[in-house]
Amino acid sequence: MADPRIIIVGAGPAGVRAAEACVQAGLRPTIIDEGRRDGGQIYRRQPDHFTRPYQKLYGTEAGRAQAVHQAFDAIRDRIDYRPETLVWNIADGHIWTAKATAQEALPFDVLILCTGATDRLMPVKGWNFAGAYSLGGAQVALKSQAVSIGHRVVFMGSGPLLYLVASQYVEAGADVAAVLDTSPFTARVKALPDLLAMPSVLWNGVRLTQALKRAGVAVHHGVTPVEIVGDPHDGLGGLRFRDRGGTERRIACDAVAMGHHLRPEAQLADLARCAFAFDPLTRQWLAERDGDGRASVAGIYLAGDGAKILGARSAEASGRLAALAALADLGLTSDTGEMERLRGDVATYARFARGLARAFPWPAQQAAALPDEAILCRCEGVTAGDLRAVMRETGAQEANRAKAFSRVGMGRCQGRYCGLAAAELIAAEAGIPIEQVGRLRGQAPVKPLTIAIGDDA
Amino acid sequence: MSRRFVRLGETDRPPLTLHVDGRPVEALVGDTLMVALLAHGRTLRQSEFGPEARAGFCLMGACQDCWVWTETGDRLRACSTLAASGQRIVTSQPEASWPTHA
Repeated sequence: MADPRIIIVGAGPAGVRAAEACVQAGLRPTIIDEGRRDGGQIYRRQPDHFTRPYQKLYGTEAGRAQAVHQAFDAIRDRIDYRPETLVWNIADGHIWTAKATAQEALPFDVLILCTGATDRLMPVKGWNFAGAYSLGGAQVALKSQAVSIGHRVVFMGSGPLLYLVASQYVEAGADVAAVLDTSPFTARVKALPDLLAMPSVLWNGVRLTQALKRAGVAVHHGVTPVEIVGDPHDGLGGLRFRDRGGTERRIACDAVAMGHHLRPEAQLADLARCAFAFDPLTRQWLAERDGDGRASVAGIYLAGDGAKILGARSAEASGRLAALAALADLGLTSDTGEMERLRGDVATYARFARGLARAFPWPAQQAAALPDEAILCRCEGVTAGDLRAVMRETGAQEANRAKAFSRVGMGRCQGRYCGLAAAELIAAEAGIPIEQVGRLRGQAPVKPLTIAIGDDA
Repeated sequence: MSRRFVRLGETDRPPLTLHVDGRPVEALVGDTLMVALLAHGRTLRQSEFGPEARAGFCLMGACQDCWVWTETGDRLRACSTLAASGQRIVTSQPEASWPTHA
């Protein structure tokens, strides 16, 4: 193919490294990104007029963030870069984009999806009150805007991001009331062999925990969240949880940052008709791909956290690897020793990620235990009891059928924040394995469009 | 406590003034609409499906919990739209745009 049309979706670490590989091969790829600037969520650049240095923004990852930004700056003039642009559908060899009110259909020969991730949420009664934010959102507030999400913040959930963001808040001068981790400390010990795949990252995590304790922040392991309490008008005012001994405690706060690791933004892979497979360890459905990132559909490649949550370092490696695989498939380059090295790097990151998933497990049982009155779908205020009633009345046990009857997953977030917990609740209620519940199908548009949108290509 | 978000630095940026529900609001160049509004107030909008007010959730353009509108009826995500001098924002959907609501 003389002049292949390569489109990369996402300008985070995976997308930037994929584009760089294409440029090095003499091509001019198109990068489409929803962000105002490159960097993705993890290496998000602060707006103009902000002056914090890399070390302050990205901590131990400052060097990596700067390298990814510099790589982008170096290829900026040799790519077709389209920021603030949403890819909202894929069909018939085209992607459909929307920027403000303009839309366009672009044909592609190669599509590299580097769509990144969003927080994986476990609902807690009261999470619909103003002042509850996703953990990633709490980090964006600090990193991109230099604000704390509240005057007194509790971090609740599990995973490395819980400790990272809490410690970033402490360092920035925010009042952190507590860190409440649902995973028991013993899980971390059992996961050590896999976590030792990346000793320096493991050590960074240990140091974060020590820094929190030195700052006097209460850190509880093995907690069970009970309720976020608040006032409909003013927002949340505190939360109740059971500690690992089963004693109920109450903390006053006006903000909660909550999350359990991340989930891939896989809607575009779905719309491109890629096959998905169930991953028992994370209890999520992932788009299938080979070791280099080739999806089940020819011409589609998957990289970064949008394919599987392996972290930012892995995203750089898998982004480059997917692009090299695409170039090799086009006959433009041959499989080199570099690809073999990148495969090895990704395997190491995957081992570490397996350790993290075991150390900070998704508390599936909490979905099953949600009281009937707890809001499950924040978008439309659908409760756990509403979903259970729909199951009793209709017999629905499949994710999309239950969604159609209950509207859980049909609201404006399109199931991003309730879908995984809803599936757990259905599985527990029906007494069937979670994989039998299936997964919510991706729907176009993958995010709401404004109705005024017109053909403006 | 009349505000939700707390500024932890970067306050040397030039100021700007926008209007929210007809009232002037002081913000800083580089603020998102969400930060501009929540550095002064507690909430962004009223949920259409329950009694509670909302203040956004994901801050990365995925949850759509932070919708606000221009006075002419254009819908904006407060988390991913920068505040600008002279902007006129309303926190409930203008009636004129209701029939075309997406």
